[in-house]
Amino acid sequence: MMNKLSLTGLLALVVRRDLLLAMRRRADVLTTLVFFVMVVSLFPLGVGVGQGPEAQMLTKIAPGVVWVAALLASMLSLGRMFSADYLDGTLEQMLLAPQSLPVLVLGKILAHWMTSGLPLVLMAPVLGLQFNLPSGQLGVLVLGLVLGTPVLSMLGAVGAALTLGLRGGGVLVSLLVLPLCIPVLIFGAGAVEAVASGMDYVAHLKLLAAIAVAATVLTPWVTAQALRISME
Amino acid sequence: MLEVGNLGCVRGDHRLFAGLSFSLSPGELMQVQGPNGSGKTSLLRALCGFLMPEAGEIRWRGKSIRELGEQYFAELVYLGHHNAIKDELNALENLHINAGLAGAAVGDQQVLAALRRMGLRKKELLPVKVLSQGQRRRVALARLLLTDAPLWVLDEPLTALDVGAVDLIQELIGEHVAKGGMVIYTTHQPLQVAGVQTRTLALA
Repeated sequence: MMNKLSLTGLLALVVRRDLLLAMRRRADVLTTLVFFVMVVSLFPLGVGVGQGPEAQMLTKIAPGVVWVAALLASMLSLGRMFSADYLDGTLEQMLLAPQSLPVLVLGKILAHWMTSGLPLVLMAPVLGLQFNLPSGQLGVLVLGLVLGTPVLSMLGAVGAALTLGLRGGGVLVSLLVLPLCIPVLIFGAGAVEAVASGMDYVAHLKLLAAIAVAATVLTPWVTAQALRISME
Repeated sequence: MLEVGNLGCVRGDHRLFAGLSFSLSPGELMQVQGPNGSGKTSLLRALCGFLMPEAGEIRWRGKSIRELGEQYFAELVYLGHHNAIKDELNALENLHINAGLAGAAVGDQQVLAALRRMGLRKKELLPVKVLSQGQRRRVALARLLLTDAPLWVLDEPLTALDVGAVDLIQELIGEHVAKGGMVIYTTHQPLQVAGVQTRTLALA
């Protein structure tokens, strides 16, 4: 008899596998990060840095810019989330996994966040400095990103699963997923603006956390169903 | 064990087969025959639950596979046209992952033994992308040695294999059937398993 793999064992296996694959294909991880850095950096260059009103405006728009850039950067890597596994037949084997497809999907989402969301979170403070963001706002921005970027990966997984195997899937994913990400954008950027205007930012972060919890419960299951439909 | 009743399958607006009924009991070997496009792969995919059949039912141990879901998957190995192995990983890593997805926690020794049996000694730690087509197929087939699922569903298992590997696969299938396992497969090459009567299912 073979030893049975536990659910946490499966989760760990899938995360380890996707991280290993990302390590062997580093270019994919780097493109997301470089895209994020470039887009965010274009704004200070375009708006102009200085002492006057431009600098103030830059600080004011910074949270929005960082969040929009994070949103767009996370769209870049969504197409790859399931397509490679779909093309080489691994996805068929995943659908036949006897433990739990939603748990397996959760593992893939987690690994996707670690390779596409987490680097953005780590890079955001450095980019915030370009915008003259005070440290208080910077901290809340990063906290918001920590809560919000996993949601982008989770909603993205649903979109990626639904558009699997379709021609022009990449663009379609963005069209499907971006509208769903609007609440995350509003509360994430809103939290930083609340700090800037001296208001309470905790409510925004709590709402972000609530969205993250709801997404963690629902999206792996929805993604699993979408994958089964896409496989027919 | 596996019972298929009145199965019908439609792809697009083309009817592949209809009213297909058969059953497979422990120790039986069944070859699905038919020309290209007759629905062999679709039948096997329906048996795996990937395809929702247009009509009819597939039962495992008396229960519909739709109801059984993951319980059924635990007793099934499927080997499709695609090898389900990653070019960037080596054979050892690939098999660990494949066995894990199939629900088995296997040790390095077990995986290495399986790879050796498949004739891949000294190829265990090479990235799969440097292996030949036949060697990749051998890596995929090594999965059969790392499972104790009773039902094997094999879609063209012999593609790209040399004579030695074909003999090996026949041996594996023979052992599995002798243990009371079941195999349903498609092939365009003749497959002879010693001591076992092969049943055939012809799709027109």
